[in-house]
Amino acid sequence: MPTNGAALRADRVTRQYQMGSALIRAVNDVSLEVSAAEFVGLLGSSGSGKSTLLNLMAGLDRPTSGAIFAQGRNLSEMNARELARYRSLTVGMVFQAFNLLPRMTLEENVELPLRLAEVERGERAGRVREALERVHLEKRLTHRPSELSGGEQQRAALARALVNRPTILLADEPTGNLDSATGLEIMNLLQEINRSLGMTIVLVTHERPLAEKFAHRIVELADGKLVSSGIKRTSEVKV
Amino acid sequence: MKAGDLTELAVRNLREAVLRNSLTTLGIGVGVASLVAMLSLGVGLQQLANRKLASSGLFDTVFVYSKQNLRGFGRQGTSNGSSSNAPSNSPGTSSDAPEGASSNPNANSKAREARRLDEEARQELEHLPHVVEVYPQVRFPTEIRYAGNPYTTMVAAIPGSARGSGAFDGMQGSFFSSPSADEAILQMEFAKDLSDQPSSLIGKELVLRYAERQVLGTQAGATQAEGSDPKAGNSSGNASGDNSGEISGNPGISIVPRDKILRIVGIVDTEPAAGFGGLGSGRVLIPIQLGEKLRAAQGNDLRDVLRGPGKKPTYPSLTVRAQSPGQVEAIETAVKNMGFAAFSLLDATRNLRIFFAVFDLLLGIFGSLALAVAMLGIVNTLVMAILERRREIGILKALGAADRDVKQLFFLEAGVMGLLGGALGVGIGWLIGRAVTVGTNIYLRRQSLPATNVFAVPWWLVLGAIAFAVMVSLCAGLYPASRAAKLNPVEALRYE
Repeated sequence: MPTNGAALRADRVTRQYQMGSALIRAVNDVSLEVSAAEFVGLLGSSGSGKSTLLNLMAGLDRPTSGAIFAQGRNLSEMNARELARYRSLTVGMVFQAFNLLPRMTLEENVELPLRLAEVERGERAGRVREALERVHLEKRLTHRPSELSGGEQQRAALARALVNRPTILLADEPTGNLDSATGLEIMNLLQEINRSLGMTIVLVTHERPLAEKFAHRIVELADGKLVSSGIKRTSEVKV
Repeated sequence: MKAGDLTELAVRNLREAVLRNSLTTLGIGVGVASLVAMLSLGVGLQQLANRKLASSGLFDTVFVYSKQNLRGFGRQGTSNGSSSNAPSNSPGTSSDAPEGASSNPNANSKAREARRLDEEARQELEHLPHVVEVYPQVRFPTEIRYAGNPYTTMVAAIPGSARGSGAFDGMQGSFFSSPSADEAILQMEFAKDLSDQPSSLIGKELVLRYAERQVLGTQAGATQAEGSDPKAGNSSGNASGDNSGEISGNPGISIVPRDKILRIVGIVDTEPAAGFGGLGSGRVLIPIQLGEKLRAAQGNDLRDVLRGPGKKPTYPSLTVRAQSPGQVEAIETAVKNMGFAAFSLLDATRNLRIFFAVFDLLLGIFGSLALAVAMLGIVNTLVMAILERRREIGILKALGAADRDVKQLFFLEAGVMGLLGGALGVGIGWLIGRAVTVGTNIYLRRQSLPATNVFAVPWWLVLGAIAFAVMVSLCAGLYPASRAAKLNPVEALRYE
């Protein structure tokens, strides 16, 4: 099936797990298309399969059936090394728990994807500074995650996701561990990144108001199935 | 990931769990120390045995004889192709048939005549690769006069290189001041014959009475080939004068009694066996050049006379000393190719090497047991690290780390622990060796025995032990690294 113009496309994707004798279908026959530079909010209650779908889009997991296409390439057909390269260069990920490495400074955390992508050492410092400036953390280079607030840690995680200049940003409950004001701050950053860099963003959240405020489109999942693929909003969102 | 980044991350990870990783590294260190200590003992004992054997002068030397000595005059041509390694330089064992009276009238026999061990051959031997020196056997009976009393004994001339052989370690007095000095070193038992207080002999003089050979004059005036003193020719009968009419032009030799005053410079406890069938068993030792200059009559002089006219003087045997025992085989082959009989104790050293190879292997196996235990420690440490760093592995994979990157990271951590443990182990092993050496020497001193070094940590052992530790650690890291690489990133990220 052609994938013209789509940054991401899920084609009848199913992901099931064996839990003892029970077969769990975390994602059940989901088809979805995300256009380039689109900001999609993936809504659903806990256990609806939204994070599983995000992991499939990130190439961290493989579907049991169906296919995920990223910029026209079928992730299911990629080998482990190609998937790792896809995760390194094409997508950036932000998690609810920030997932910064506690023993590394902010600078080292942000530099880590550059090391994995084998970016030349001389180029790294500039890229790290650029990413940290975008999230307004350029003055906290030598701090460790434990020395930062939750919002700062999430901004650092965002900088780490951006440092390899990916075209797709996948955010899994990025405001889940933050208070509403800080959450709003992160959402503003995501919106700014989406607008200024034209980056495709898929935001997994269970906070409908936030998704409605910032996402161009809302997609809803329930019990692993797509309930609504949403209507594309064209109006600007003011916060 | 690039090697530099991987190493940086691995070292950083090791620093994070410093206590556990240090204990694991120490475990490797103890294992390597045990291995190094065992092998050092093996190598040290081997070197000690080699030193003792080398000091006998037997294992770095090739003894060269003329083949004709083994078969008799005039018959060597018939069996030139065969050789025997048995040393025999006694004139009594050779046929006494003169060369000119060969029983084989075959015209080719002359072409196949065995080579003579003369000055030309000696120079040729000196130019062989890896030859340190070539010296003749100079050993003759003598009468020593000291304090007006005569003592009959054997004199042997020894080369300057014998000084470093170990046979003269702990001698009283000193070694010869030069290879041609008019000096003598006495064997202790003989010194006791001369004086009840042997050490008082050092610095005293003795008179060496010996039989000098002189080549008699011929019509061609070739008499002084050996530069003998013309006066001396009259002091004894012309041994070959009566035969000159029978063997045309044969100059013959004359035996002349001579006295030589020598200063006693040293007394040696053991009798230096400076060469199998060579210089051993001399109770009075003199420098080699002096020994040659004396031109004392030896058994082969009779053969030289019998062999006929125009022949240069020959040596009864020559001792060829190699740079090391390892080169003896090549030199022995080269000497045989030159047409001489050669003999060495190569087979004995080969057996010794086999014995020590097996000995070292057994010691190495015992030493490796501790390292095997340390290997389990590495596996345990890394498996624990995987459990602790499960989430970190998930993050790395989410950020783009390939399975190979994760595997290499854990592999490298195991390798770094092996490297550090190996270096530490070599250090501990060396200290154990020093302690054992000090303890052994204290014991030896109490037993009035000379100190010795029973431990040796050669460079190959240092590098080999570290390389082995790294290799063992990498093997131990195989399973944990593979397990870490196979972690499912989604599950790893969920891990708290």
